[in-house]
Amino acid sequence: MNSLSRRGLLKSGGALIVSFALGGALPKRSLAQGRGAPAAAPDVDSFLAVHPDGTVTIYTSKVDIGTGLSTAFRQTAAEELGIPVERFSVIEGDTATTPNHGGTGGSSGIPRGAADIRRAAATARQALLDLGGKQLNQPAADLTIANGEVRPRSGGKGILVAALIGGKRFSLKVDPNAPLKDPATYTVVGKPILRADVPAKCTGRHVYLPDFTLPGMLHGRVVRPPAIGAKLLTVDQSSIRAIPDVRVVRVESFLGVVAKDEWAAIRAAREIKATWSDWQGLPGSASLDRKLREAPVERDQQVASRGDVAVALSTAAKQLSATYYWPFQSHASLGPSCAVADVKESGTSIWSASQNPFGLRANLAKVFGIPQEKVHVIYMDGSGSYGSNGGDDAAADALLLSRAVGQPVRVQWMRQDEHGWDPKGPAQLLDVRGGIDAKGNIVAWETQMWLPGGPPGDRALTGPDLAGLAQGHGQNAGAMTLNTDPPYATANLRVISHALKDTPLRLSNLRAPGKIANVFAVESFTDELAVAAGMDAAAFRRRGLTDPRALAVLDRALAMIEWQPRPSPNPRAKVGNWLVGRGLAYMRYKQAENYVAMAMEVGVERSSGAILVRRIACAHDCGLIVNPDGLRNQVEGNIMHTLSRTLHEEVTFDRSRVTSVDWASYPVLTFLEAPAVEVALIDHPDQPSYGAGEAASAPVAGALANAIFDATGVRLRTVPFTPERVKAALAG
Amino acid sequence: MPTYRFRVNGNAATVDSWDPGQPLLYMLRNTLGLHAAKFGCGLGQCGSCTVLLDGKAARSCMLPVKQAAGHAITTLEGLGGAAIQTAFIAEQAAQCGYCTNGMIMSAAALLSQTPHPTLDQVKQGLVGNICRCGTHTRILNAVMRVAKP
Repeated sequence: MNSLSRRGLLKSGGALIVSFALGGALPKRSLAQGRGAPAAAPDVDSFLAVHPDGTVTIYTSKVDIGTGLSTAFRQTAAEELGIPVERFSVIEGDTATTPNHGGTGGSSGIPRGAADIRRAAATARQALLDLGGKQLNQPAADLTIANGEVRPRSGGKGILVAALIGGKRFSLKVDPNAPLKDPATYTVVGKPILRADVPAKCTGRHVYLPDFTLPGMLHGRVVRPPAIGAKLLTVDQSSIRAIPDVRVVRVESFLGVVAKDEWAAIRAAREIKATWSDWQGLPGSASLDRKLREAPVERDQQVASRGDVAVALSTAAKQLSATYYWPFQSHASLGPSCAVADVKESGTSIWSASQNPFGLRANLAKVFGIPQEKVHVIYMDGSGSYGSNGGDDAAADALLLSRAVGQPVRVQWMRQDEHGWDPKGPAQLLDVRGGIDAKGNIVAWETQMWLPGGPPGDRALTGPDLAGLAQGHGQNAGAMTLNTDPPYATANLRVISHALKDTPLRLSNLRAPGKIANVFAVESFTDELAVAAGMDAAAFRRRGLTDPRALAVLDRALAMIEWQPRPSPNPRAKVGNWLVGRGLAYMRYKQAENYVAMAMEVGVERSSGAILVRRIACAHDCGLIVNPDGLRNQVEGNIMHTLSRTLHEEVTFDRSRVTSVDWASYPVLTFLEAPAVEVALIDHPDQPSYGAGEAASAPVAGALANAIFDATGVRLRTVPFTPERVKAALAG
Repeated sequence: MPTYRFRVNGNAATVDSWDPGQPLLYMLRNTLGLHAAKFGCGLGQCGSCTVLLDGKAARSCMLPVKQAAGHAITTLEGLGGAAIQTAFIAEQAAQCGYCTNGMIMSAAALLSQTPHPTLDQVKQGLVGNICRCGTHTRILNAVMRVAKP
């Protein structure tokens, strides 16, 4: 398929948009009727195409990175259009054919992505009712759409949607006020529809990005420097003379190899001899918490402020303070980042698993000095990314190599490239202090947070940096400061974020950016206050909550874990060599979205310091549920992923480079540690849907720390909770 | 170029490799067009490249083609709709699915040795397989669905 001629077709099609002039012909089935340009005032045709056979294609820039998002899109559109869900397919993240309604992240896929598709489908529904009314000679108000047919509500002869619009354009702007179906009448949204991608993933036939090939494609590998800022001095090409048909590409300090045979490229990248300058610009990850506190601050941001914390603390019956630390973490995708680039005079095509194909296109165009319309980015499924992993960098590497050799090049990073060079989720240091009155009410709360930072703007791409191409060096990790304040009532509150001038490692958004560490600090400290008050952790929290949805998830999680009210620590913790306990955490995501409560039962082995989470109960309210099974899968995934991050994950680095570069030096959760997980989903069909790709991550570390305290009487405030750290805490 | 012969999914296969140390994974993916086995680490640490070698789970990213010669190899494509695959689909035991090949192949190897493993035996059987999306609960449920006598 030639992307440029397709774009040409689409551009010419753009002239046809006239409000309510239905029926312009569709060039061919695989085309979106809209354009790849940003959709300021989006057209229905940019999101939806009804084909002559009655099937429907949804076009979206929001990509399904294994979250089940595309299934939720199909359900949403099917519901509004009255066309069976199995007739829908989705084309995602193709800058030539899909509308640009934003990248994928921040749990925006459902609240923004599905909402856009829903409005487009609702607009289409009204148009179809009008069109059907004319054909059937009946008022549109007397018609409905069911099973792909416009038909009278009272019954009788109808007309197929495909006969009305199949293969033609709606030529309509999306009407933000188009009437939406009443959720009480939903028959598709709210049902656990099976994901279309799962069977092929279980038979090996699903085509992933690393499986994609082009005629004449070469395999590329990158040779990263042994120190992050090192310059390439010399390359000894004779060192790989024995490996057949390898070409070496050097652009300043960018070094890569390409070969027809993938194994030849891998061996060449591994064996090529090169010399590099010395560089020791990193602070090292040891005692990074102290280094963050002492580092120069770019700006202080007052995140929240009310009352007078200092005065309230001075009169509090009890006051406490504590410091919590979250380390740098890697996305550590199971499959290293991959990309295929085909640089031609006529245009550059990039196949990528980027969560933001339009953003990648804009960034590549800028960095490489190519007109944006000559860059075509096509999303394909990759290994799960959980934010911006190395995928965009791999795309730039592939582009550099393809441009140098004049052939399509597939780059897949090796394991040490992914662990070593993906942009990282930042470390966070949080100081919390607070006070309670004699009755155990929170009278004051203050959070101060230190965060690595840097200039705003696009993240620098590693390959172009090494190649000496000019680019910005933005350091954006996402909305890091949300959930730094407690969700519980307090009259006196102050939250300050200290954004540092610099960061040792490139920053990136990593699943639930900031919120996991913030809720870890807030929920741990809440527990510390409850202990100081001599109160049961649930009763202490309940006292500070009034929102019925908050109380509902809290009570549900407590019921699931069969919570017995009592203060912590557990007076009957000892069971042989184990100490057992239970812990609780609650939060509302971003203080505005999902309500999640989580309770855990844990055991801590005294001799080894090993933590075994036995059971996790999670109650989750994200408003209207689109696909309960997809949602449950996401909630379970959030819990396990964050359990891994809390128990094991820390990026380590010395003065020159990242030293946690494989699964031995960056261990993650194994099946032996997999707890029983129970999830209760609370549906509110009358409320807006929030995304669920992140929220249940946020309470995990707090609930775990609280359970460990309940079991041992020892408070863990530094992540990860390694056995060594537990043993030291138990001994201390 | 040296030639190596083995059976893949029941059929005779002949491949050429300039390097006898080339891991089987690249021959499967690039020469034979069998993409189910995935490159994850190249270190035998994550399990995403798992295949069966004479019925036993093997890390194809570390298995030199020379050593694979003469053996019977089964990839996920060759399982042919086994009960374990049906169970993974029924449990919707995938998110990104990049680990799924390794999970199913490791489970298939376990179930062929121990048809009715306990939950702990299943966890032990999958201990060398990493899932990053956090689909552990569903993967265990899928294997237990087949494991139940």
